[in-house]
Amino acid sequence: MKAVKVYSTPTCPWCKKTKKFLEDNSIAYQDFDVGADKAAREEMVRKSGQMGVPVIEIDGDIVVGYDEGWLKQKLGL
Amino acid sequence: MPPERSSIPCSSAKTWEGKPNWTARVENYMGYQFIEGPELMQKFEQQVKQFPIEVKTGDGAVSISRQDGGFEVRTEKGETYRGRAVIIATGKRPRPLNVPREERLRGRGITYCAICDGPVFQGMKVAVIGGGNSALEATDDMIKIAEHVYLVSLTPLTGDRTLIDKVKRAANLTILAEHETLEIMGDNFVSGIRIRDLKSDEERSLEVGGVFVEIGLIPNSELAKVLVSLNRLGEIEVNCGCETGVPGLFAAGDVTNVPEKQIVVAAGEGAKAALQAHRYLQRLG
Repeated sequence: MKAVKVYSTPTCPWCKKTKKFLEDNSIAYQDFDVGADKAAREEMVRKSGQMGVPVIEIDGDIVVGYDEGWLKQKLGL
Repeated sequence: MPPERSSIPCSSAKTWEGKPNWTARVENYMGYQFIEGPELMQKFEQQVKQFPIEVKTGDGAVSISRQDGGFEVRTEKGETYRGRAVIIATGKRPRPLNVPREERLRGRGITYCAICDGPVFQGMKVAVIGGGNSALEATDDMIKIAEHVYLVSLTPLTGDRTLIDKVKRAANLTILAEHETLEIMGDNFVSGIRIRDLKSDEERSLEVGGVFVEIGLIPNSELAKVLVSLNRLGEIEVNCGCETGVPGLFAAGDVTNVPEKQIVVAAGEGAKAALQAHRYLQRLG
């Protein structure tokens, strides 16, 4: 099973869309609220080199923003 | 609309996006007292998927040209689609400040979506640029999150009085009306902005880690500008039937000169454009 992390904020529409896409496809993921969790925020900035959300990490590969094509490719859907 | 599949209507877009997806609270769409923007967009998407429409996402249209009595649409990825009628419903995008380092620091402290990225700036000093309702709403969001908020507006604040009264009571807000934003500072991430007081001509720097640009929207009309008339705002000029003046080429929603940029208006305009395009195709036989 692939390790999937989502760095998100509670108010971000694209974060919700990302998580719904993962749930609809029965993909387990770890969700980090970068508004509340400072360590997660710093980790997201260090890994992605930027401050926008969502950031999605799949087996060490990073994408910024909701990109259905990238998610499908990385998850083999 | 590839020629070999011309019987199936096709919709091509970057994503099922649009401004509603950036809107947390929709309270003026008929049938809903309250609905979140993404949920409303999801309902639109589900409804479209009930019909045999070939939907293309992950690519964006970059140009439309006339071709063999119809049109050819080219995309960012080099695909081409041909059709006898086209509806342009490309909406608007945030207007950039056009100041030094904006492009380089985009996403690195500069954001155009307070609702998305606001919580990332928890406990930081930030600047909101703009003086209208969008800027005031971003300010209202950020005074609850940030250590301090500077609201920097080129003009006196132009938003609703109720919104102005609501935010101006905040102890962690400094309103800098009639100030021009000259540049954004920072190497890898935003470290501040430089502003100029239009009355005194005095320049100063503000130390901020985030900049929220809320100075309005510009229409995504570039793809059709050689074919259609644009108004001074860059919006595609249409008549009440969503016709652009080029037979077979229609436009609807925020990209057009139709007054009032609201979801309910855009949805109605989209319906009108679809019906007009349908009639146009029937007339062609």
